[in-house]
Amino acid sequence: MRNTWLIARRELASYFTSPIAYAVTAVFLVVAGYLFWVILYYSREATMRYLFYNVTTLLLLVGPALTMRLVAEERRTGTIELLLTSPVRDGEVIAGKFLAALGLWALMLAMTLVYPLLLKLLGNPDLGPIASGYLGLLLAGGAVLALGVIASTVTSNQVIAALVAFGLSLLLWLTDALQGIASGTLGSFFSYLSMSTHFYDFAKGVIDTKDVLFFLSLIFGALFVATRLLEARRWKL
Amino acid sequence: MIEVEHLTKRYGDLTAIEDLSFTVHQGEILGFLGPNGAGKTTTMRILSGYMPPSAGTARVAGYDLSESSLEVRRRIGYLPETVPLYPEMTVSAYLEYMAALRGVTRPDRAARDAMEACGIADRHDTLIGKLSKGYRQRVGLAQALIHDPEVLILDEPTIGLDPRQIIEVRNLIKSLGGRRTIILSTHILPEASQVCERVMIINKGRLVAEDTPERLTARLRGAQQLAVQVARPARETLSVLESIPGVLRVHEQEIGRYEIESALDGDPRPRIAEAIVQHGWGLLELRPVGMSLEEIFLTLTTEDAAEPAGQAPAQAAPAPRRQGGKAR
Repeated sequence: MRNTWLIARRELASYFTSPIAYAVTAVFLVVAGYLFWVILYYSREATMRYLFYNVTTLLLLVGPALTMRLVAEERRTGTIELLLTSPVRDGEVIAGKFLAALGLWALMLAMTLVYPLLLKLLGNPDLGPIASGYLGLLLAGGAVLALGVIASTVTSNQVIAALVAFGLSLLLWLTDALQGIASGTLGSFFSYLSMSTHFYDFAKGVIDTKDVLFFLSLIFGALFVATRLLEARRWKL
Repeated sequence: MIEVEHLTKRYGDLTAIEDLSFTVHQGEILGFLGPNGAGKTTTMRILSGYMPPSAGTARVAGYDLSESSLEVRRRIGYLPETVPLYPEMTVSAYLEYMAALRGVTRPDRAARDAMEACGIADRHDTLIGKLSKGYRQRVGLAQALIHDPEVLILDEPTIGLDPRQIIEVRNLIKSLGGRRTIILSTHILPEASQVCERVMIINKGRLVAEDTPERLTARLRGAQQLAVQVARPARETLSVLESIPGVLRVHEQEIGRYEIESALDGDPRPRIAEAIVQHGWGLLELRPVGMSLEEIFLTLTTEDAAEPAGQAPAQAAPAPRRQGGKAR
């Protein structure tokens, strides 16, 4: 646990000593701000529901940018040798890296809290769905980032890591599209597997334990797979 | 301290090391010699817990590497071949991080001590990415020392350093021996003879020779060579030297300079000195000329390749002839 925290702290600090954190945050805030303004201009509604849907699209692009270097960079520069020969479990390495990325994502979300504040000044928004939407974004972000950690573990090339992360997340986001093709149990299985299905409830203001559990198991499952992949890489060095 | 038994590592079809067995005693400095690609780095990576062997076992400080990897890793300081540094961190932040990861209770103090020991205290606030090669190497060494490990594994610790830094690092390593057990790999042969108490030569993943640098030299030659220089040689100097017991052959290189080959048992040096002084020839120089480790190395690594596998190490290698004191 202590090691996880140590690794997460170093990783988070290293985000801010490289231009990555600033670039990603800036792009995210500019696009999110633009979307917020456009949606508000057309809908004239004091709600963030539509913004949340749009931010998830942004998440699919921003997430891989945050995770692509986590393990891949250490593998490229050889510092992975340092981590893997320190008395630290492979799972602690993975968890630390994931938490750093999640921390940065939470920070980026926190910076968008000015939008509900603006809505509160201009109108009378329902704060419940806004809070649940933010929780949904945090959980969905966690899932996308955990998938990104997997991608970063299997390669030392950051571009490949980002692309694999994007592909995995996008597929898991859109499996509900298969609902129309496969009917019955298989169809509802694909629908269940889709991150978007589970996110919609959060955006609508519903916090369902099933949805929370879905995202949590996706996060833990992905981190487990990443840990196993890191272990497996030792054998193939 | 370190017991390695039948260690083998294969990468697909390629066998990096094969059936390697050796022990390192507590406080010993063992040199790992071999040409590039001989399996030095692979062996060190296995011992440091970075990757598992394909077969065989290794025990470090009483812990089996495959069963209690974490316990072994706690007791090992490891400097990989490519020094693992985070360029965006300062020297002290990096060392404190490494200390904390290795479970040191006071990371700041450990970082300070390690920087002191490696002579990098003046750069504690510099970003690692801005350091020169020599400093980076020493930061890497400091990282390996930071948790005061019982065992140090150093893969080419002096590579890329300038001559003065090399001497500094060698002295540092020598000063660390005694309390700690050290394995270091190098392909700089004088380094092995200067720093190490015992040398292992490996080639193509196999152990080809293992002994102290001095004994390795002697054993391979089968004889010992002395260089003698006198100020006033007489006509009978050559025959007098040849008649001294223990002297096998005398070779006059130029007037007043002799190369004497002597048997390994019984040092004829006192008798040679005595004879020269008695005759009043004026002894200028009397020193043993060891066959350099370079020559041993070349002998072992080139001839071993031509011979069938399974030969007895070292003794089986024929003694090369030395010619006129020139290195081959």
